[in-house]
Amino acid sequence: MPHDHSDHPHALLPSDPALRVKALETILTRKGLIEPAALDEIIDTYQNKIGPQNGARVVAKAWSDPAFKAALLADADPVLADLGYYGRQGEHMVVVENTPAQHNMVVCTLCSCYPWPLLGIPPGWYKSDAYRARAVREPRRVLADFGVTLPADTAVRVWDSTAEVRYLVLPMRPDDSEGFDEDALAALVSRDSMIGTALASPPQSSSEASV
Amino acid sequence: MSDCIGHSAPEPAFLEPWHAQVFALTVSLNEAGRFSWADWVEAFSATLRRNGLSRNLDGGADYFNAWLQTLEAILAAQGSASPQEVALVRRDWEEAYLNTPHGDPVQLAR
Repeated sequence: MPHDHSDHPHALLPSDPALRVKALETILTRKGLIEPAALDEIIDTYQNKIGPQNGARVVAKAWSDPAFKAALLADADPVLADLGYYGRQGEHMVVVENTPAQHNMVVCTLCSCYPWPLLGIPPGWYKSDAYRARAVREPRRVLADFGVTLPADTAVRVWDSTAEVRYLVLPMRPDDSEGFDEDALAALVSRDSMIGTALASPPQSSSEASV
Repeated sequence: MSDCIGHSAPEPAFLEPWHAQVFALTVSLNEAGRFSWADWVEAFSATLRRNGLSRNLDGGADYFNAWLQTLEAILAAQGSASPQEVALVRRDWEEAYLNTPHGDPVQLAR
């Protein structure tokens, strides 16, 4: 029966993929293969609890504590597990350190493997064909697109993530951050700096910060 | 702020609710041991490769459409949710939406 859509006589119909997902959820719940409450918990975790602030905390601690940093670079999994960060899919975490001699950058050429416990869900550009193809082929041009220009004598190393191994970049600590506590240091660490498509931000002067 | 270059506004983790739902379904099935994450990555990357042959995938809607296709194919192969079952229940949901007055919670009749 024709009806007037302008006053929405019925609930707004979701998109085709949204309806297919609802169908899967209904079927799997009826068969006891999933618990709706477990789905809500997973969504809440990734939407609200896990994000780049976790990785920033790890980086700030590594900048502040040489023993922590050494342990993190040697074998990240136990160090991160102590902080409560571990891969729910059983993946291994590897932390790669930026130095004046080498800049590190992370990609997943297969799909979108990413250190979820430390950075949350990857941004759209990380999942795009353009980044996945170009990061390996022309990393310096990709970095330039992100506004990062490295000294000519800094090598760029690109790490390709897999289902088993996820990488986190430990950016270089900005100059002029002596005496900063871990919270202040963490504020200098962006998501992109831990993927390697940005540098850690230098501290702002007080005049800039008040603008 | 004067230092906007290289900084983007915080993006939501999921652009649409169904992206979050299909992600959570997959993680939950993996954690329940229905498939290994390595198997998931293999199947998902194959879908992305196939879909990316004809055009460049943008990492947004493309990405979660490929995710959903992959999950549907795995569940069909495992016999957990056949395409016929999915089509039937999808139709039930569509009817429920069309028959529920705007503003009321949408539920399946059965």
